[in-house]
Amino acid sequence: MNLPISTSSGAGLALAAVFGLVFGILLNRGRVTDYNVIVNLFRFKDWTVLKIMFTAIVVGGIGVFAMTGAGWLQEYHIKDANLLGVALGAALFGAGMVLYGYCPGTGVAAVATGSLHALMGFAGMIVGGVAYALSYGWVKENLLSVGALGKVRLPEVTHVPDIAWFALLAVVWVVLYRLLPKGSTPLASKG
Amino acid sequence: MSTPLRNNVTAAVPVWKRASWNPYLVGAGIGILSWLVFLVVNKPLGMSTEVSKFSGWLASLFTGMDAVKENPYWAKTTPAFGYSTVFLVFTAVGALVSSLASKTFRWETVPAVWKDRFGVSPAKRMAAAFVGGAILLYGARMAGGCTSGHGISGTLQLAVSSWLFFIVMFVAGVGTARLLFPSKN
Repeated sequence: MNLPISTSSGAGLALAAVFGLVFGILLNRGRVTDYNVIVNLFRFKDWTVLKIMFTAIVVGGIGVFAMTGAGWLQEYHIKDANLLGVALGAALFGAGMVLYGYCPGTGVAAVATGSLHALMGFAGMIVGGVAYALSYGWVKENLLSVGALGKVRLPEVTHVPDIAWFALLAVVWVVLYRLLPKGSTPLASKG
Repeated sequence: MSTPLRNNVTAAVPVWKRASWNPYLVGAGIGILSWLVFLVVNKPLGMSTEVSKFSGWLASLFTGMDAVKENPYWAKTTPAFGYSTVFLVFTAVGALVSSLASKTFRWETVPAVWKDRFGVSPAKRMAAAFVGGAILLYGARMAGGCTSGHGISGTLQLAVSSWLFFIVMFVAGVGTARLLFPSKN
């Protein structure tokens, strides 16, 4: 089998279904399709989201690092570090996430668990997408051009090698694992 | 160990039916899923690009696709059915199957944490979700990704943009939560 498989082939679409299915199951069983669990992260009352994300980053990152070292992966898939645009966008994203109670992936998944307000937020996301497309010309010219470093990675910017970064992340993971309280927001009877 | 079942109920529930799994194992699962997606289809895990393509497709129903493609954003992120569309739809299918299997599927309009602070009004919650969703996706597109594309896929590749996103998003979220849900004492 030759990898990678083209995403426009039938096999590619079938794989998209399998990957999506697994992702949706993991999001639901990780309880991040629950509004209360996500909002309570930002109130320091529930650490589930951080546990999931940080573990995914450490496990995913070390695996991708190893596969890149072995020559199985040839390229990185990262976004431009437009410092102003990323920072402003992330600030809007964080505010929107608390108001909505979901992010795009968990929102889509939550709709399928019966969350009607997640569906309403999905409609909001559509409007946000249209608004961005309409304002893109201005945003690109005035915001995305500020502090545009390109597709850069921490090892290049800091001259600290990949392996040291992953060692640091692994140490932080151990500290979080030991410090963060167990348990999460109880399953609420939804209304 | 022969613990009586009634004192140890969770052990009797098969993994497939449990409402929640260990979050560290779920995180490891998402990490391993990201290996497979990088290796097999040479793509990162992501969601918000597809949502903005979907908004372009909806716009095209009113204006026609030619008009949509004249927009400089949709010219480079052209709405089309493809891999990411299937991924988005099956993310929902996975969550549906999972919540049905664990019997946690519920119609919900006003979640508990919201209700404690803002009351039972569905209209108020729906309005907040709509506005929040709009701000969320606008921000995701400006930043170039969301919790999946930046928060997991980008950070695990040590992208500068993604770690900046991760930190600013968290700080902004905490600040917003302090405004929306001030502590009672």
